[in-house]
Amino acid sequence: MNRLDQLFQKKEKEVLNIYFTAGYPTLDATETIILELDKAGVDLIEVGMPYSDPLADGPTIQGSGQQALVNGMTVPILFEQLKRVREQTEVPLILMGYFNQVMQYGIGKFIQDCVDVGIDGVILPDLPLFEYESYYKKLFEKAGLYFSFLITPQTSEERIRKVDELTKGFIYMVSNSAITGAKNTISEKQIEYFNRIQAMELNNPRLIGFGISSHETYATACQYANGAIIGSAFIRTVGKAENLSESIADFVHSIRGTVSV
Amino acid sequence: MIAIDERGYYGEFGGAFIPEMLHSNIDNLRSKYLDIIAEPAFQKEFQALLKDYVGRPSPLYLAERLSEKYNTPIYLKREDLNHTGAHKINNTIGQILLAKRLGKTRIIAETGAGQHGVATATVCALMGIECIVYMGEVDIERQAPNVSRMRMLGAEVRPAKSGSKTLKDATNEAIRDWINHPVDTHYIIGSVVGPHPYPDMVARFQSVISEEMKWQLEEKTGKTNPDIIIACVGGGSNAAGAYYHYLNEKDVRLVAVEAAGLGVNTGESAATSVLGTKGIIHGSRTLLMQTDDGQIIEPYSISAGLDYPGIGPMHAHLIDTARAEAVSVTDQEALDAAFMLSRIEGIIPALETAHAFSALDKIEYQSGDVIVVNLSGRGDKDLNTYIKYLDKIG
Repeated sequence: MNRLDQLFQKKEKEVLNIYFTAGYPTLDATETIILELDKAGVDLIEVGMPYSDPLADGPTIQGSGQQALVNGMTVPILFEQLKRVREQTEVPLILMGYFNQVMQYGIGKFIQDCVDVGIDGVILPDLPLFEYESYYKKLFEKAGLYFSFLITPQTSEERIRKVDELTKGFIYMVSNSAITGAKNTISEKQIEYFNRIQAMELNNPRLIGFGISSHETYATACQYANGAIIGSAFIRTVGKAENLSESIADFVHSIRGTVSV
Repeated sequence: MIAIDERGYYGEFGGAFIPEMLHSNIDNLRSKYLDIIAEPAFQKEFQALLKDYVGRPSPLYLAERLSEKYNTPIYLKREDLNHTGAHKINNTIGQILLAKRLGKTRIIAETGAGQHGVATATVCALMGIECIVYMGEVDIERQAPNVSRMRMLGAEVRPAKSGSKTLKDATNEAIRDWINHPVDTHYIIGSVVGPHPYPDMVARFQSVISEEMKWQLEEKTGKTNPDIIIACVGGGSNAAGAYYHYLNEKDVRLVAVEAAGLGVNTGESAATSVLGTKGIIHGSRTLLMQTDDGQIIEPYSISAGLDYPGIGPMHAHLIDTARAEAVSVTDQEALDAAFMLSRIEGIIPALETAHAFSALDKIEYQSGDVIVVNLSGRGDKDLNTYIKYLDKIG
């Protein structure tokens, strides 16, 4: 069974998904970051494949991606690292990147390597629903590799239904009209949007991302969805960490509102 | 027939590879642009502004001394004589009228050489709409006169500080701005790049160039068709306009001139048709310069307007199917051509346009072939670069 299904079967609330950019702050930090996040009780980890032109990302994730590329991160190196990580943990892993990276790697080969390494799902924010459904859905489904789509406050109800139909794993709810890392509070307008989506009773679990950076925003998001996704705030933490393991544990506990042991 | 299909593809190039955050905006534009452009009231306003504000039709000029030098009749399509000094304003007039009809109250744009930024700032001033132009930090420095012009016109120029700090990064920043302002903002893209419907929409607004060429050539030569059309290509908007009404007329050769920078194989180049492979840039499946790992390569050209690692999907299709011939011209060759044209015809071209003139030395033709060079912009903005070169050659 796909680890995402296992996760959402046993846990319906307060699912914490942390995003980090592979190759940042150092080329070989991937293993430490994943294992420490797992140890700290993170439910799901999104591994970002650094990209030269990340259109949907704000300055923090852009900066980490540029540094990761300077550090020498590539998709083949990342797969090698993830293979070693997978031998040590069963935490669900998602790969996130831009479609051009997958195109150049070769879509068939990318899917196969994801399966071989033990990746559970993929997010490619610039691969449109139509292209996915027409050309790639079958390949992903055949391999048992899940694919998540994004919805935003502007996404129409009809389109959200389509997203729900095509998504496997979870729906990525963009909290606001924004690139990543842009906002720090949750407004009433956003709550309205969260309620509207909740009332749609979608088939897939929903995780809220973009602008989740603290215990308060995480807790609010969790009231209206199955959990939340944190990216930029975590990148900032690892970027300035003197002791990576300690900083990661502290960060996760501060988000959960629990005490570090 | 060379045209986009209903999903915005020219052959295998085009489409709309955009994050969901842009979907409602792009879809709104896609579903309305053709109807709005076809409205009689829109056409009336558009044509009136092109005539009385831009100064169209732009002349088609038989360059006699240039023709003598190359021993064949050469006509220059004088887009440099448009208001603001380049073809860019044809598109910005069209898009600002469209933006108004879409109810948008804030305009953003990217710019490389600054010509599109100036053309956008100009139409925003004309319509009284807020204007923000993203421009690479490197370009802000090398195209300083245009930065001043944009500011004088009331636009805010925001530096793009990521990546190569040039046109590619200015475009990224503009797209991010649009993601953050999905309701009130229209993004006026300056070239035939980006997600569908932009390549088609911009090509339509620029198609006035070849529409005029047809009747102007007929008046002067008795035939609507030249033998060869030459245009420079960065993203490719002036070339798209110059080719548009000739795309399906196989007797007309289309020449696309790219910037080779220091040389195609030096690693400092922007010759996308040679160095590019199929991939996605700025929401469009096209040819682009990238690594094996799919990272977009930072291009190089002396000309800020050609310093782009991709090419519009229409041009990728034209080159891929051999409908257009691609020619690469180095910085040095472009500078030489700029001085040649200045001294033989009394016309100082933009650095981008100078690349097109250098192609006259590179293409094959028969004496007597009628050639049209699209003189896409004037060189005022490039005087610093030209004077530096003049001081060097004495």
